[in-house]
Amino acid sequence: MGACAEPVIRLTKPLGIAALFVVAVLVLAPVLALISRAESGGVSAAVWPAIRFTLLQASLSALISVALAVPLAKALARRAFFGRGLMVSLLGAPFLLPSIVAVLGLLAIWGRSGVFSDMLAVVGLGPLDIYGLEGVLLAHVFFNLPLATRMLLQGWQAVPSEHYRLAAQLDLAPRAKFALFDMPVLRGAAPSALLVIFMLCMSSFAVVLALGGGPKASTIELAIYQALRFEFDLASAAQLAIVQLVVGLSAAALAFHFGKATRFGGGLGAPFQNWDTRRGPKLLDGAVLVLAALFVGLPLLAILAKGLAGLGALPSGLWGAFTVSLGVAAASTLLALGLSLVLARLIETSRRGGAIELFTLLLLATSPFVIGTGLFIIINPFASPFALALPITALVNAALALPLMLRIIRPALSRVRQDYGRLAEGLGLSGWARFRLLTFPQIRPELGFATGLAAALSMGDLGVITLFAPPDVQTLPLLMYRLMGSYQMEAAAGVGLVLVASSFGLFYLFDKGGRGAGA
Amino acid sequence: MLALKNIEIVQGDFRLTADIELQSDQTTAILGPSGGGKSTLLTALAGFVAHSGDIFWRGKSLKALAPADRPVSMLFQEHNLFPHLSITQNVGLGLRPDLKLSAAEKAKVETALNRVGLAGKGASLPRALSGGQRQRAALARALLRQKPIWLLDEPFAALGPGLRQEMLELVEEIRAEQGATLLLVTHAPEDAKRIASEVVFVEAGQAHPAQATGPFFAHPSSALRAYLGN
Repeated sequence: MGACAEPVIRLTKPLGIAALFVVAVLVLAPVLALISRAESGGVSAAVWPAIRFTLLQASLSALISVALAVPLAKALARRAFFGRGLMVSLLGAPFLLPSIVAVLGLLAIWGRSGVFSDMLAVVGLGPLDIYGLEGVLLAHVFFNLPLATRMLLQGWQAVPSEHYRLAAQLDLAPRAKFALFDMPVLRGAAPSALLVIFMLCMSSFAVVLALGGGPKASTIELAIYQALRFEFDLASAAQLAIVQLVVGLSAAALAFHFGKATRFGGGLGAPFQNWDTRRGPKLLDGAVLVLAALFVGLPLLAILAKGLAGLGALPSGLWGAFTVSLGVAAASTLLALGLSLVLARLIETSRRGGAIELFTLLLLATSPFVIGTGLFIIINPFASPFALALPITALVNAALALPLMLRIIRPALSRVRQDYGRLAEGLGLSGWARFRLLTFPQIRPELGFATGLAAALSMGDLGVITLFAPPDVQTLPLLMYRLMGSYQMEAAAGVGLVLVASSFGLFYLFDKGGRGAGA
Repeated sequence: MLALKNIEIVQGDFRLTADIELQSDQTTAILGPSGGGKSTLLTALAGFVAHSGDIFWRGKSLKALAPADRPVSMLFQEHNLFPHLSITQNVGLGLRPDLKLSAAEKAKVETALNRVGLAGKGASLPRALSGGQRQRAALARALLRQKPIWLLDEPFAALGPGLRQEMLELVEEIRAEQGATLLLVTHAPEDAKRIASEVVFVEAGQAHPAQATGPFFAHPSSALRAYLGN
């Protein structure tokens, strides 16, 4: 573009740079605080088991999720059947499901007094016990099998259906078809799926808090939680957070090296016309689909059933916790929305857009616990971090949502610019008028979707709040966790249902609002 | 007079040179094979493409002007209207980019819509209109903007022959009323013969100097003969 071609940037650029500054502070200040507090010298011996378990569970979770996703995504890609759309939607549900609620649903199916244990008891076998590594893996596969499936499915759907037609006409052998279609898809999508899931599982706190524990199944984050919460040992918490950061950054660097575009969600549209009419593969695909639907669907049904039964036992603190959660979600969503809009705009217009986008991805690599521990150390000399539990939670949730929102909003901005940028510049449409008349109406669906995701995730989050919350402050997920901790399972299930309804409701509201007057 | 002095545009492997002068208050057809650089020439005039050399309109350089400040209105092949804004709003942008239209300005929009044959369509969204009607709306906006130079980048290429002819005649009629200078990119010789007084032939990265339409077709150069296929 020539000197004359740049659009007029008056206010948006300083705003974008201010947002970038906020992100930089959010990433760097906690890290510097951690470094200043961590004791020099090697990692203490007690930390090694936690590091080992973290790496073990995250690697196994990623491997199992992706391995199971391969047949599932393939079945979804090559079969057209009644309810396929529903199945794809079902696969989207775990991403929005608050993790503590999912744990409850999984326990109802796989736990000591769950459905499978009852069935085993009939034939005289002992009850299942999923606490420990098994439970953590089960929950992580429950969350990430759908995610991996959607990522792989996008790869398979990118293969033009004409290629399949050609393969059918040439009657290619299964081996040849695998080499021609499946290998390239897997080579493209599997490494990034593995790494994304590894990163998510590495910093998955609530699942390990509920299902892990004990010296044999404790992660780095759980160790941070114990150091801060029970021993008030800032030095070792800081040391642990640095370990977590290093592992996270290494995984992120690998992910960036291997992963090209890894998109979440997005259109999973028309199924392929299938030319393979043999019965064997068809039955196999059918079995895979049914098993997957049960694996994901049964815990969801259990959440609904137990929740309905528990509505009679709702605790008195419910309304207060609900308003607190809603307030935290509103604050963090607003902050993340504002930041992501101005940052997306800066990335779009700046020459160093790529570097800025990469920088915001650091937020994903620095886990919420790393940021939380850092903030704890920064605030501690001046004020009680416990008194600031809610603002800190909102801030950390916003930092978590920001990279996700950017990945949705920025491509939409690019599209508007590509389609209508010249027209708008030719007409002198700029600044606020351009946002109001062109950008906002055009990116409204993406904006609604991203805002819905951020709000739902913040509503259901059980993470840093556990580090900071004093006994009299609670969000809905925290209330539910506390009820589970005191074995009031019925009340917990009731709260869980309210929590799911609020999370999904928020997502539905914004997503629907975004598509309401779609162009 | 519109003068392009020593223009050179480089985009990757592609290079376009132009050193031409065009008379004002008339229509010039920019003719040539696709990929030859016709559209690139227009987008440079509109200020969307960096180039060396300079462009002068009535003796004043355009080089430092932003697209919106140049004395040009441009019609593209598509995406001339914002799909979420009504026809009235789309046309109204030609008067006020923030769409805060006074009653008098609204009346002007209505008049422009009447002029291009879109009376009563103001409240519709672009998708409710046919391709030809959409380009009429874009034309109404160009009319309101009162810019002395109109750049049309094959805006009627997707229309059938009868409709294309009708639109060209409408454009030429309104251009003559306004005394505007029109540059029309086309790959169809009959479009040039119909409304252009001069033709600039663009091929293989070079814009040839303008020639009067009659002699241009009466004594075709070898490059033109190759393009016309006879």
